[in-house]
Amino acid sequence: MSKRTVEMALATPGVDAEGRPTRVPLATQEPDLGGEHLLVNIGPQHPATHGVLRLVVELDGETVVRCIPHVGYLHSGFEKLGEYRHYNQIIPLTDRTDYLSPMANNVGFALAAEKLMGIDITPRCTVLRVIACEMSRIISHMVWLGTTSIDLGAFTPFLWAFQERERIYDLQEMWTGARLTTSVTRVGGLMADIPDRFVEKLREFTQTFPKTLGEIDRVLTRNAVWVGRTQNVGALTAAEATNYSLSGPMLRASGVGYDVRKDKPYLGYETYDFDVPVGEHGDVYDRYLVRLEECYQSNRILQQAVDRLPDGPINVDDPRVILPSKTRAMSDMEAMIFHFKQVMEGVKAPVGEAYIGIENPKGELGNYLVSDGTAKPVRWRIRPPSFINLSALPKMAEGHLLSDLIAINASVDIVMGEVDR
Amino acid sequence: MTFFIVSSAIKVFAVFNLIMVGVALLTLIERRVCAWMQDRLGPNRVGPQGILQPAADGLKNFLKEETSPAMADKALFTLAPIVSFVPALLTFAVIPFAAPLPTRWGVVPMVVADLPVGFLYILAISSLGVYGIVLAGWSSNNKYALLGGLRASAQMISYEIALGMSTVAVLLLAGNVTLSHVIAQQQAAHAWFIVPLSVAFVIFFISAFAETNRLPFDLPEAEAELIAGYHTEYSAMKFSMFYIAEYSNMVTASALMATLFFGGWDIPFTTWDSTGDPSVLKTLATLVVFGFKTFVFLFTYIWVRWTLPRFRYDQLMALGWKVLLPLSLLYITLLAVAIWFIRTQLGWEYGPGMAWALGGLNLVLLIALVWWLDRGRIVSGSVQEEAA
Repeated sequence: MSKRTVEMALATPGVDAEGRPTRVPLATQEPDLGGEHLLVNIGPQHPATHGVLRLVVELDGETVVRCIPHVGYLHSGFEKLGEYRHYNQIIPLTDRTDYLSPMANNVGFALAAEKLMGIDITPRCTVLRVIACEMSRIISHMVWLGTTSIDLGAFTPFLWAFQERERIYDLQEMWTGARLTTSVTRVGGLMADIPDRFVEKLREFTQTFPKTLGEIDRVLTRNAVWVGRTQNVGALTAAEATNYSLSGPMLRASGVGYDVRKDKPYLGYETYDFDVPVGEHGDVYDRYLVRLEECYQSNRILQQAVDRLPDGPINVDDPRVILPSKTRAMSDMEAMIFHFKQVMEGVKAPVGEAYIGIENPKGELGNYLVSDGTAKPVRWRIRPPSFINLSALPKMAEGHLLSDLIAINASVDIVMGEVDR
Repeated sequence: MTFFIVSSAIKVFAVFNLIMVGVALLTLIERRVCAWMQDRLGPNRVGPQGILQPAADGLKNFLKEETSPAMADKALFTLAPIVSFVPALLTFAVIPFAAPLPTRWGVVPMVVADLPVGFLYILAISSLGVYGIVLAGWSSNNKYALLGGLRASAQMISYEIALGMSTVAVLLLAGNVTLSHVIAQQQAAHAWFIVPLSVAFVIFFISAFAETNRLPFDLPEAEAELIAGYHTEYSAMKFSMFYIAEYSNMVTASALMATLFFGGWDIPFTTWDSTGDPSVLKTLATLVVFGFKTFVFLFTYIWVRWTLPRFRYDQLMALGWKVLLPLSLLYITLLAVAIWFIRTQLGWEYGPGMAWALGGLNLVLLIALVWWLDRGRIVSGSVQEEAA
């Protein structure tokens, strides 16, 4: 090793005169974490943290004594950015929060903006948005299933799940031109109607998808190793889950049958025939079962939605909200004025506030908007399900083994884009 | 003497190359087989059907930069891959891989060294491999590597015992630890040891997975938890040596399973291969048969790896100490009594009759074992579900 000069050592913090990095005792940073315990930093770069989550873990042997999640490595300031954007311009931001279910986020925001403005969307748009939401649920759960099985060492179900996800991505690409950043909704409607053959392809998907789910079910559900790794791990009681304000599959696995689609229906979910799976032990295994069953139920909803999809316009008939078509804007004076005003000024919302929660794949996604009468919200706040679900991680993980921490962290189903926003 | 030295040198050279090429091909086979299981293609760009992919990987590893962590213990950090690599190759030396080959100067037994202590040599050498892993984990000065090394040492020591115990059953029947004698015994009786010793095979099979650190027992690596475990800090050829060590351990373990329980190079349903004068044809035929048997186990290794999730550390230890160890002790006792009874009371020698009698006993034990291990969780669980 070439020796560095003393000047270099002075210039380079953390390196001694020999050029070796100086070891800073851990105690100076974390004064209360001394003793025989091992302090391990899991993340922000780690295969099992699903992005850039950082877990500072105090280990006694392999037992987790303390687990401190650090978030914020992916903070993008979406909510603040939204305050400087027209309502329709915010929709691309929502793609990037929970980027595993972009369409559902688009729908959640559009519903909040429409509630703020008092707009009633068309029947065709309602059904298409249900399709968007349920497609999102399936891809999000597929990613969850795949990554969780990888975290527990089973690699093969991951690829099976991702193949199904690719098929939904193909459908999203057909519809919106984008696979991930879909931005499918607009205030008062959708960015585009579904293309020809979309319904046919979706129907084909809903018919073949349960087969893959069945394969995954066969390889995991009664697998002794899988069961041993997930049962009685990270269990939360119904009271604890409620107190941590959990939502979605995390809450339902603990035995609380709360599903926004059933309890505060939106988009006409009350007219669909589907079941809400509820677990009883609240452990990782029940979360797995709940999510697996939700995929079947989403598939059922998709089938019903495709069957009932009505004809008609996708956008509301309000020139102040919806852009006129390009041909009309170019040939019709009045349409051109509306086009100009919308592009330059945006869609104005009346003074007031609106909150709507929708059942996102990861839990209840809330969108809260405050308007001062201009075309931009004064405040946009997301209730991020992954962030709130993640808050229960230390409670679930402490006392378990390091391997269980990985399983528990996987079972929360976080997306750092949404946690940090 | 000259003949012995020359033939041994040729055999050492041939076996070494055979293992290295086998390992290289095995990495390709593993990737192709897992791709097949996962509905994808796997590597198929380099050469026809990707056959040159291992060469490309090897070249890549030679050309990559060797890094070593600043605070690592340099000497041990360099020593660790060697300590893990060498025993992995040494163990194959005592395994007979074909019928003896006649040459102009004499008959050459197709085993690098037919040691009288045969199997004990394998136990001794393969347990050295754990030093490489522990040293790697410790000298890297990395917490993940340290945890991986700790897990590896605990795991390999625990399963070494079960592995050794399960082979005691084989040695009880064979009455000798020389592997060529074990094969000869199976050939003479026309009954492979899998028939009278199926429980021992099950224990050996599970322990062999744990010994080679393969899924579902790959805790020392445990990608999701420990990044890459004990070899987190290794790169280039040093990493490659761990990799080769893992795969050559697999080859040895598979060859050992074939030798101990499936008659080694014996061709079933014929006595042509083991009687009469040795011939080149016999050597080649038995070599192919031995290769095939080994490949079947290698395939099983791959198959299991891409199917099962990973055990947890405490579950692994519980399986080793609370299930496999008492089980193998109990089994040895039962088997010894049974063999004593058959040999002295009935006066049979090892042959088809004794093999099938013990086979019946093993079948009963195996059913009881599966029933006890399952305890209504999987087998009857599915029955209940179907009924509901």
